Amino acid sequence: MNIKKATFKGGTHLTYNKELTSGHNVEVSIPPEEIILPVSMHIGAPAKPIVGVGDKVKMGQKVAEATGFVSVPIHSSVSGEVIAIEPRLHPNGQKVLSIIIKNDMLDTPDENMHPNPDYKNLGSKEILNIIKEAGIVGLGGATFPTHVKLSIPEGKKVEYLILNAAECEAYLTNDEALMMTSSDDIIKGLEIVMYVLGIDKAYIGIEDNKKAAIEKMVESAKELNVDIYSLATKYPQGSEKHIIKAISGREVPSGKLPIDVGCVVLNVATAKAIKQAVIDGKPLIERIATITGHGIKTPKRMLIRVGTPIEHVLEQCGGFTDAEKFILGGPMMGISHFSSETPVIKGGSGFLLLNEKEIDVSESKECIRCGKCVSACPMRLLPLMISNASVNNDFEKAEKYNAMDCIECGACSYVCPAKRMLVSNMRVAKREITAIRKEKAAIAEAKAKEAKN
Amino acid sequence: MDKLFIVSSSPHIRSNVSTQKIMRDVLIALTPAMIAGIIYFGIRALYLTVICVITCVLTEWLYDKIMHKKTTIDDLSAVVTGVLLAFNLPASASWWIAFVGSIFAILVVKQIFGGIGHNFVNPALAARAFLMTCWGARMTGGAFIPVDAVTSATPLGILKEKLAENLPSYMNLFLGTNVYGCIGEVSKIALIAGGIYLICRRVITWKIPVIYIGTVFVLSLIFGQDPLFQILAGGLMLGAIFMATDYTTSPITSKGQIIYAVGCGLITVIIRQYGAYPEGVSYSILLMNVAAPLIDRYTKPRVFGIEKVKKLKKRSEVV
Repeated sequence: MNIKKATFKGGTHLTYNKELTSGHNVEVSIPPEEIILPVSMHIGAPAKPIVGVGDKVKMGQKVAEATGFVSVPIHSSVSGEVIAIEPRLHPNGQKVLSIIIKNDMLDTPDENMHPNPDYKNLGSKEILNIIKEAGIVGLGGATFPTHVKLSIPEGKKVEYLILNAAECEAYLTNDEALMMTSSDDIIKGLEIVMYVLGIDKAYIGIEDNKKAAIEKMVESAKELNVDIYSLATKYPQGSEKHIIKAISGREVPSGKLPIDVGCVVLNVATAKAIKQAVIDGKPLIERIATITGHGIKTPKRMLIRVGTPIEHVLEQCGGFTDAEKFILGGPMMGISHFSSETPVIKGGSGFLLLNEKEIDVSESKECIRCGKCVSACPMRLLPLMISNASVNNDFEKAEKYNAMDCIECGACSYVCPAKRMLVSNMRVAKREITAIRKEKAAIAEAKAKEAKN
Repeated sequence: MDKLFIVSSSPHIRSNVSTQKIMRDVLIALTPAMIAGIIYFGIRALYLTVICVITCVLTEWLYDKIMHKKTTIDDLSAVVTGVLLAFNLPASASWWIAFVGSIFAILVVKQIFGGIGHNFVNPALAARAFLMTCWGARMTGGAFIPVDAVTSATPLGILKEKLAENLPSYMNLFLGTNVYGCIGEVSKIALIAGGIYLICRRVITWKIPVIYIGTVFVLSLIFGQDPLFQILAGGLMLGAIFMATDYTTSPITSKGQIIYAVGCGLITVIIRQYGAYPEGVSYSILLMNVAAPLIDRYTKPRVFGIEKVKKLKKRSEVV
């Protein structure tokens, strides 16, 4: 197998700070006293609780069921007793209905899911159902239900199955940790997906700052028809659209999905979860996350049970020192949160505690039209023009400059020497354009009705 | 732990580049040419530069004060304007020429249009054009001749007056020795060193300077001029490296920058060939500055995932 090189045009280099955790062992987080399971840890309809207060649950037992096709169930990551079902603070900043389970520390396993070491005896439909029932979502952070992604619509064909291990975000090293510790599981998961999709070739993209991980993956994948790409270390190489561009040369058309150009992209952690669900019969109840930043005493990579209060995890890292910002996810696209009193959810790839030096709160100055945002934008937009239009409430102009194609990767804001809030202004423009479009559609509809009458 | 953290829109980290750091790099890049200017023209070169810088900074500070705006002098852009204006003056210019020019550059060209990032032409070049129009005799020709000199004019001036026998050698032009001209333009080696520094520091890209100078070289060849002499003489290097690359007044798109640089080169050669002035760098850049927004509008890059067919569709819709 030869390792190929590839990348995309545009983008920027970050101050990665990956050395804070890179190469460290993955520690297993101590099980918490109680876990908090929000019914919404995925994109799509929230799950519906199927247990009541006072019920005894086992580890891996389903506690909330999917409500529709684009939805997944939720499983308890401990054994114990349900002590409350009430709204709790969710990492998205709102209060969301959550199931709170008191841990009896026995880890009594649930017997409802069966291992299927010979998965090839099963049909694609059955495997997809196992993936759904195991509560698997995209673990790169988007948390889109995986069984939906793998249900290829009629008339579409998958030509490129791409395993995303770029991990282009700064600070995060959890995908690297996963590749170093369980490359065989990842490849097994990839094999299952290839079987489900009925294809015999796959692609893996890894940024070239993870040389050891690339070697590990090459070693594990040598029996399989897989092309491994060593991608240039450049942000946002791991963006779905840009890893597709780098590996297949295809561009996902504006407003379309990867499958429209015959591509399916999965995160490495998702592949591992698929292997565990199908072959070992284990639902998604734990994940590896990076707990890092200069605002925490000992940065670590940990295997954490879903629902563990973040406070509990931070305590195991020695607590925070002079942290000013708490971020869920990576520093470029993650969400900052005012409180660390939320649980670890399925999509929680990183928990960052950044100090004042790292966050740079210097105020925005006048745009000097240096064009750095233009050359950094991976979507080839003119961020400064959209941002200025947005600030001036000229959303029509923002739309003309293709504001809706912005992927909010943050590269423009990162490079801006005037420290302008480009992404923030872009978001305002996108929100307003969507609102205007809706309004226009409503007016058109009303007019059509009137004409009928 | 009941500490509340700062909440803001992503991204949460930023590069350490700032407007001030960029301007500081430009000033560092201008230093070799400054030193060369002092060596060739004496302490007067430094004296004029200091007047320009102080007047520029003071004008900006005073304007912000009067208009109740937060002062922007800490971004160092006024200092850069001051140095560049001084570099465009003959060493014999009176102190009040530097003074008036600086006020014009900052007040009329920059601040009135909204300050940094809003001027539509390069302040230092516009001020030079203004001074040339008002006090032409003090800015050109005889103004370059030091009191004790034997030669008569700048290299391009000599060429224009067809005094071919007095033309300086390439080496003299390259180093700036025995050549007359504005304070900052004579030593090409110093200017190129500054340019390389700016490119290495990623303050500018190679595109505008190289394409501008390349265009002049090729067109001079076509017009039957000595191309090497044309690129080494006059203010081309200063203009191409430090003035045409001014962020605010040059296009932001990659394609636009190419068109802009070619345009600058074309106008420069035409003025040198047919114009009344021996030199055309400053006017060519000023003209292309004005065209920059238009160039930007027609060179929007193709957005990722959007095919070029859109235009055709639009046309068919109209039909």
